[in-house]
Amino acid sequence: MRVGLFVTCLIDLMRPRIGFAALRLLEAAGCEVVVPATQTCCGQPGYNAGARGAAQALARKVLDEFDAFEYVVVPSGSCAGMIRTHYPELLADQPAELARVQRLASRTYELTDFLLNVVKLEKVPGAYNGTVTYHDSCSGLRELDIKAQPRALLAKVAGLKLKEMNEAETCCGFGGTFALKFGEISAHIAERKCGNISASGADAVVLGDLGCMLNIEGRLRRRGDMSTKVLHVAEVLAGVEERPHINANTRG
Amino acid sequence: MQVASMHFKSRAREKLVNRNLQNALNKLQGNFVRGRAQRVAEMDNFEAIRDAASAIRDRVLDRLDVYLEEFERNATARGAEVHWAETHEDVNRIVCELARRHGVRKAVKSKSMVTEECALNDALEAAGIEVLETDLGEYILQLAKEPPSHIVAPVVHKTRDEVSDLFEEKHGTPRKTDIAELTREARERLRGHFISADMGISGANFAIAETGSTLIVTNEGNGRMVTTLPRVHVAITGIEKILPTLEDVATLMRLLPSHGTGQSISNYISVTTGVKGEREHDGPEHFHVILFDGGRTSLVGTELQPMLRCIRCGACMNHCPVYQSVGGHAYGWVYPGPMGSVLTPAYVGLEKALDLPNAATMCNQCGVVCPVKIPLPDLMRKLREQQFARKLKPWTERAAFGAWCWTAQRPAIYAAAAAIGARLLALMGGRDRLIHSIPLAGGWTASRDMPAPQGVTFRELYRRQR
Ligand code: SF4
Repeated sequence: MRVGLFVTCLIDLMRPRIGFAALRLLEAAGCEVVVPATQTCCGQPGYNAGARGAAQALARKVLDEFDAFEYVVVPSGSCAGMIRTHYPELLADQPAELARVQRLASRTYELTDFLLNVVKLEKVPGAYNGTVTYHDSCSGLRELDIKAQPRALLAKVAGLKLKEMNEAETCCGFGGTFALKFGEISAHIAERKCGNISASGADAVVLGDLGCMLNIEGRLRRRGDMSTKVLHVAEVLAGVEERPHINANTRG
Repeated sequence: MQVASMHFKSRAREKLVNRNLQNALNKLQGNFVRGRAQRVAEMDNFEAIRDAASAIRDRVLDRLDVYLEEFERNATARGAEVHWAETHEDVNRIVCELARRHGVRKAVKSKSMVTEECALNDALEAAGIEVLETDLGEYILQLAKEPPSHIVAPVVHKTRDEVSDLFEEKHGTPRKTDIAELTREARERLRGHFISADMGISGANFAIAETGSTLIVTNEGNGRMVTTLPRVHVAITGIEKILPTLEDVATLMRLLPSHGTGQSISNYISVTTGVKGEREHDGPEHFHVILFDGGRTSLVGTELQPMLRCIRCGACMNHCPVYQSVGGHAYGWVYPGPMGSVLTPAYVGLEKALDLPNAATMCNQCGVVCPVKIPLPDLMRKLREQQFARKLKPWTERAAFGAWCWTAQRPAIYAAAAAIGARLLALMGGRDRLIHSIPLAGGWTASRDMPAPQGVTFRELYRRQR
């Protein structure tokens, strides 16, 4: 099965190890993984800012790069949601592209959804000694129904215990450029999320979107919590999060 | 009502540090959010009802003129007088003229957001007519001289202590802290006015085309007195509130109380049809219905038309993380929260409410809970697109997105820029790998750190590996 991996711009820039974790998981599931070298961004920042033309241009670029794959997998609910639910709307008035984009949309999957429901991964390489809580990122949850998939996969991780927090489905306040433009409101929302994470007693919060990761980790550290780890679900499943030399979360 | 939506940011900032408000806002999440979830769980065919309700609302909007005329015909046949008002000035003029015509000196009102749009109370007072809000929340706000901060629970921004203080000051009575006692005190004040008022003013949750009736959904019973005791009743409603039949009302009522207050049914549903009949003992002698446009027709047939499905339940704001953080007053006009972020720019002008469509995380919690399936984030995005196209966004932002798009389409340049960015930010992160301040990104770093990147991009590592 030939799978195109859409790494996402934030993982490329901020946390390459999540991209490699996704790669490892897909290969563990027996996929032939291709990472198109020219990929950049799915266009969501422009789309949500109202820069429709820019978003369309980038949607076409992704379409050209990923058209040929049997499946496209994205380690982000937000970017996968952009392709699956918004690309068809974005190119709705371009009949020539619409059919292609609908095909792409229907073959694009968020990583955990793909691992659980398409390739039906039985065993995961990761092991984790501790208790984690799971934050449901908004786009994954409400656009793609990503809720049971990460939990089902985490249940396969040796040693890992999952403890749900209150309001796990509530937004962390990130919202892309919202976090910059309305920083105080954004941080206020993040603070509530951090309170719920702390109250869960877990030693790590696991989630599936880099935007939320940066937001939650940034707020946790600012409020003085240096110990709660913030991990991408792919890192935990692949067992790559414990390498201290590239892990920003474990200090010392 | 005055539009202050341009000051969203500064108002929001004040609200975030207002301890009383923050305590008050916490109540919402408990009562309304949990209440709705419980009611929804009790319905075995919830999604089917939701589909049916949305379809009814769409059917109305697609043939709005037809249903409005049907309403007018049937209302008139039962002795009501129907007035058409294009602007809020028209509404105020019509009500003042009616007051003059019927010799009205005092009017009692039940809760109506449309009259907030019109600032009707100010117009009536200017015309020398005493006007009293009789919904408990609105009564409190009239005493406090404040606008509502929520479309269903107008006084949700106030704590009980603040109300105790207010009643003590304005009523000149000993301070009470018990909610039942406070309510009784307000009731005692209001009773006499219901009897002595010449005009009752209500809104309408729905106007029913097949019967020419207006309908209000209330919990306090004041609405029933407002619509039956005074000899003149004026119902004012937006033209989009039409429902074809009573059967349709039944469908919508499965959703309105549950999404509004978390109740399976409201205490009262009052249907007003025509004037007092010959052998009837109560009801108004004169019944006027004012059908108010106020910008609504400008949405018909546009990409924003789905917004007109709204039944004003308030669920979108109850579930909105931004509303929960800043409350309704920050939004600066009548309608707050997600629905207000669409309606305010649509009704008062895109350029007068630039922040509102942007002040959302696009989490889509609102769209998921909206009983009539209004895709609120999509509509906010449409407004953002309109802002972008009309160059209403700051040039810096437009330039930034232009540059970003240009770069993202050129993989070699993009890769080089990302590689530099990753190194620079990693350097800024220092030993603890946290960036405490980033130029031009103060919005982020003022109250959050930015975790530093690993320092090398994925694409670089990947190329090295393979
Ligand atoms: S937009 Fe939907 S959720 Fe919000 S008030 Fe209107 S009907 Fe209710």
